[in-house]
Amino acid sequence: MIAIENLTKFYGPRRAINNLSFTIDKGEVVGFLGPNGAGKSTTMNILACIIPASSGTARVCGFDVFEQSLEIRKIIGYLPETPPLYQDMVVEDYLKFAAAIRRVASRNIPGALDRVIDACRLKDVRKRIIGKLSKGFQQRVGLAQALVHNPDILILDEPTIGLDPIQIIEIRKLIKELAQSHTIILSSHILPEITQICKRVIIINEGEIAAVDSLEGLTTSLHKSERILLKVRKTLDEIPSQLKSLEGVLSVHSQEDGGFLIECDHNTGLQDRVARLSLDRDWGLVELKPLAMTLEDIFLKLTLEEKGVEV
Amino acid sequence: MRNAWLVAKRDLGSFFSSPMFYVVTTVFLVLYSFIFFNILNFFSFQSLQASQIQAAGIILNVNQMVVEPSFHNMAVTLLLMVPIITMRSFAEEKKNRTMTLLLSSPIHLKEIILGKFFACLGVVLVMVAISSYSILYLFKVGSPEVGPILSGYLGILLISGCYISMGIFASSLTDNQVIAAVLSFGLALFMWVIGWAAQATGPGFGQVLQFLSLIEHMDSMVKGVINTSDLTYYLSFIFFGLFLTHRILDSQRWS
Repeated sequence: MIAIENLTKFYGPRRAINNLSFTIDKGEVVGFLGPNGAGKSTTMNILACIIPASSGTARVCGFDVFEQSLEIRKIIGYLPETPPLYQDMVVEDYLKFAAAIRRVASRNIPGALDRVIDACRLKDVRKRIIGKLSKGFQQRVGLAQALVHNPDILILDEPTIGLDPIQIIEIRKLIKELAQSHTIILSSHILPEITQICKRVIIINEGEIAAVDSLEGLTTSLHKSERILLKVRKTLDEIPSQLKSLEGVLSVHSQEDGGFLIECDHNTGLQDRVARLSLDRDWGLVELKPLAMTLEDIFLKLTLEEKGVEV
Repeated sequence: MRNAWLVAKRDLGSFFSSPMFYVVTTVFLVLYSFIFFNILNFFSFQSLQASQIQAAGIILNVNQMVVEPSFHNMAVTLLLMVPIITMRSFAEEKKNRTMTLLLSSPIHLKEIILGKFFACLGVVLVMVAISSYSILYLFKVGSPEVGPILSGYLGILLISGCYISMGIFASSLTDNQVIAAVLSFGLALFMWVIGWAAQATGPGFGQVLQFLSLIEHMDSMVKGVINTSDLTYYLSFIFFGLFLTHRILDSQRWS
């Protein structure tokens, strides 16, 4: 249903996303997980046809986001990070407007309105001015706006950000209900949120996909190994075999620039022993460092726990 | 076109529910009325004098002496007021991030721009319509000619269209409403006085500058003459402003 290929986006010289590729099938509920500034919103904005990509293609239901954006905009509902609310409008009028510009036939608008007001539990505030509502209600109006034309695909960018714990639980419950009949892409920097709602996770970090997997798959692949990079001046054949003989080393890969990538068990103090070995053998140690940004490091950057929200 | 109407309707609703509209309209009406009745007063004073002198052959024309200057002054007053009306158009949408609602909906950018344009034009029409009580009063106390009044209103409509077109363009450049208002006021005033440079630049280029001036094309309309060249000027001016707005908003999606 959604296919993204080699998607890249530059903001001036800054690269927001780099070579993203993934697909999402119909009916899937996919979580976009990544620390703040990872490129989640950029990807979502491209999918929602708000901004064009610098290169690469993104197709939604076979339509290209750049060439056939009008077709896509008919079938998606988008809730940006800041809900696009006209503060001076009455909830009902706002939703009517949203329905009308999403091409809901005027005779179907009252029905559509009742449906989303019911789904998002806005009944008590339907006659109130949006600017006077609490943040939680405003978020729900934002969600109602994305749902009013009953789109096939829902794109929700951080739907629970800035809400209090009770509101968060309510919004999540609502999204879970919606998940039964829609394809949903949801972004978040909060791990438990994704675990509760989504079946599949796409982890983005610094504009690149770090992992695409089911949640179970991700947690098992974590905590398995760590990687160390070793660079020495001399090129000797004995180096890889000597390294492999060290206790705790899982594998050694030679790199093009003469470095060696050592994969090893956790917490074995291997760095000390590698350093000692290279000094003893007089390989000419240049560099020895743990490699940054494994999946685990990304997880460390995420918000792993929530305070006050019952999981 | 339906989508442009939807956007315009929403904007109009937003105008009429905000105090800003009522303040702008009141200030406009007070200023315009003050000027109008001063002109009228001057005219009646002159009429009185003329009748006392009983100078044969002097015919004081109410169209020429009251209607014409009022239209010119209305154009100036609108020059001051329209930037306040147009400043919100895109600046506010961008500031409040509501632009994403429009951009993620299946409507064309040009429909959004047209909607904004017609909403502002609607507001100006309401203001001008209320101010027309002054002209109706003239009909009650005298007998002005209808033709030049209608063509004068057409001129006001077209020059307002130009102000709005520039105002919306200015509003598309920024998300700060004050900046948008100042820019559009500056643009409008500049296009008003651009003809003044005609003398300095010499005959050839000077004529071009004079032709570009906004007010130059009002004169004949206020006198009751509708030239195709004036119509073309105003309509292309409006189109050009909206076209630039379209280019700006489209390019902002890329940055």
